Amino acid sequence: MTFGRGLRALSIASAALITVAFALVFFYAPNDADQGFIQKIFYVHVPMAIVALCGFVAGGVFAIKHLRSGDRADDLRSYVAIHISLVLAVGVLLTGSIWARASWGHWWVWDEPTLVSFLIVFLLYACYQPLRFSIEDPERQARYAAVFAIVAGAFVPLNFTAVRMAESLTHPRVLSTTGGAMPGEMRLTFIVALAGMACLFVTLWRYELASKSASIQLRSLKRRLAGDDGLAPLNRSAAPQHL
Amino acid sequence: MPALPLDDAGPYVAAAYLVFLALILIYVSIMATKLGRIEREIGELSELVERRSERSDERDQERV
Repeated sequence: MTFGRGLRALSIASAALITVAFALVFFYAPNDADQGFIQKIFYVHVPMAIVALCGFVAGGVFAIKHLRSGDRADDLRSYVAIHISLVLAVGVLLTGSIWARASWGHWWVWDEPTLVSFLIVFLLYACYQPLRFSIEDPERQARYAAVFAIVAGAFVPLNFTAVRMAESLTHPRVLSTTGGAMPGEMRLTFIVALAGMACLFVTLWRYELASKSASIQLRSLKRRLAGDDGLAPLNRSAAPQHL
Repeated sequence: MPALPLDDAGPYVAAAYLVFLALILIYVSIMATKLGRIEREIGELSELVERRSERSDERDQERV
């Protein structure tokens, strides 16, 4: 199985899109009438949040595929999608805190549903790796992790809808009929930033899939060459160890 | 809250974008470490193959 095919073109597209997005943010998009220059954080914070949440859902979709087909590659796809989404979620929490401090004067606001719900989603997925690590048998590990990824993946859109319906205190609603009414320059910049972030996610996902698949295949080849007795047993790992 | 003046807002915006870049750089450096491990494993694998071929050569010579 080759996960690395087309990685070069994807990497170039990601770098180009992110460079164009940053150039648009600082040289094309106007300053927000209400928040001023600080609103520029929006173009990195919101695309990262959207892509992270979509990545969590994608992890659930691959988990469904794994349960249906038993294909271990789908377990690997699900694991890596959740892993990269967690990295992006850390970025969302950090950039959000910086923006909150500048705009509201506080690093964190506990009674704001958008912030707290995202933290809950993050903490939920933070349990994914320890869950995998706690199960030694690879078959059971993949199956239990798939169930977790499906349930948590279904929670993400439900959580998103609940937050939409809740009354916002301070956090703006970006993709709504009223709050999403951005001027053309801002909308274009946001779309390019979102496309860049999505492309970066896919690139990192494919990059890690290729790396994990290469090391799994190498280990299996080494065991076959040396004979199973010649090598120490596999260490327990949260990542899938078989393809 | 009123909009922050550019001088005050600048460091916050820079910090947010630096967080993003730092995350990507940390991720890439972790991937580079993993790549190093894969390279080492390939080295071990080629050593194994070499040892095997040497052993089979010796066996062939003994037979002759």
